[in-house]
Amino acid sequence: MTAPLLLNELIPADCLLWLAVLLGIGMGFFLERAGFGSARKLVAQFYLHDMAVFKVMFTAIITAMLGIFLLSSIGYLDLGRVTMVGTFVWPQVIGGLILGVGFVVGGYCPGTSVVACATGKLDGMVFVGGLFAGMLIYGEIYPAVQCFADSSSLGKQTIFGFFCIPYGVVVLLVIVMALAGFWVAAILEKKFAHLKPPE
Amino acid sequence: MAGLLLLSNIPKILVISGVVRGNALSVREMPDSWRLFHPDSGPYYRGKATLAEAGTITMTKELKEYMNPYWAGFGLGLVLLASYLLVGRGLGASGAFASFVSWVMSNLAPDHIAGNGFFEKYLSPERAPHPLKDWLIFEVIGIMLGGLISGLIAGRVRFSIDRGPQITTAARLALAFTGGILMSIGAQFARGCTSGQALSGGALLNLGSWIFMICVFAAAYLTAYFVRRQWL
Repeated sequence: MTAPLLLNELIPADCLLWLAVLLGIGMGFFLERAGFGSARKLVAQFYLHDMAVFKVMFTAIITAMLGIFLLSSIGYLDLGRVTMVGTFVWPQVIGGLILGVGFVVGGYCPGTSVVACATGKLDGMVFVGGLFAGMLIYGEIYPAVQCFADSSSLGKQTIFGFFCIPYGVVVLLVIVMALAGFWVAAILEKKFAHLKPPE
Repeated sequence: MAGLLLLSNIPKILVISGVVRGNALSVREMPDSWRLFHPDSGPYYRGKATLAEAGTITMTKELKEYMNPYWAGFGLGLVLLASYLLVGRGLGASGAFASFVSWVMSNLAPDHIAGNGFFEKYLSPERAPHPLKDWLIFEVIGIMLGGLISGLIAGRVRFSIDRGPQITTAARLALAFTGGILMSIGAQFARGCTSGQALSGGALLNLGSWIFMICVFAAAYLTAYFVRRQWL
């Protein structure tokens, strides 16, 4: 078990924030490359004429998921030391629904709005203002919603652990599902091409 | 003017030069993907200015199109994998805003937020030695730099507002602000946003992340119809 390298002291701990900047640069670079600094490109996903969000997201998930699966299988990556967020079923259902509405109303998600700011999108900057306001509002209502926010906890839970299916099988299922999704995406893009804004 | 519009319809031509006489060329009528340069006064942007001086202008179509989404996703996936291998954490974004707001509040109204578990979580020394020396804040600085680098390479950095033709600028900005508020609140309930939960948790096959992801897509598709005037 050599990875995570920083936690196993193979990289000095004070490199943490430098690595954060470096990895952020990589993330921002590929988001902008994909066109995700543009709200219209992002929300096109929900009008079905450009499924780039789904394609980028699921290619990224498959790539990282396969890497994590293979490297942990051969004993290089210690999954036990990887940070994993706990599952809170209902808060995550409600949070997901609110966030989904916010996505198509605002046009960005937090990461892509930062890219939009960097490339001069004024609506991205206003969206970021909304993010700050939203955090403040959540902080103010937190005492009232805290109990719900911590409810229906299942602890740290993976799909394969929860359903008692072997890790590799779930990995395979996700890949098959994503490939099927890419195929459907191509069909939908053709069918809804008339919604595409004229160049 | 008509000549310029005609030229802009020719595909695959990257640079076109022409002469502007007088001062009557409105840049408003230029297609989005074109940029207009004047040798003395630099670039002109769509809807922002009219050419004041006669002279030779150059029109450039954006040279770089967006990257193939599968290649961009592969690149993003490798960055995410690197993050897990290097530091044992995924990528994220929304937490940076929570940390920053908590730090601001701890300076502006320390008494008001005392005992509030939300702000205290982001201010806790266990999370970061100083609220601003937070992993996610530095990552978001990186996202900004990475986006800027890519945007500069592609010639996509310019002041603009992304909206459909049927909505006013003010309405678009109001909706952007509203969306930002909802995004923060949703991300806090869900313990992460599209990057921290859907992407990073998705790759770990985290159960809650997949529940979250399905709900995000469901809500966005159901809402899309009602805000179509903003985008289409």
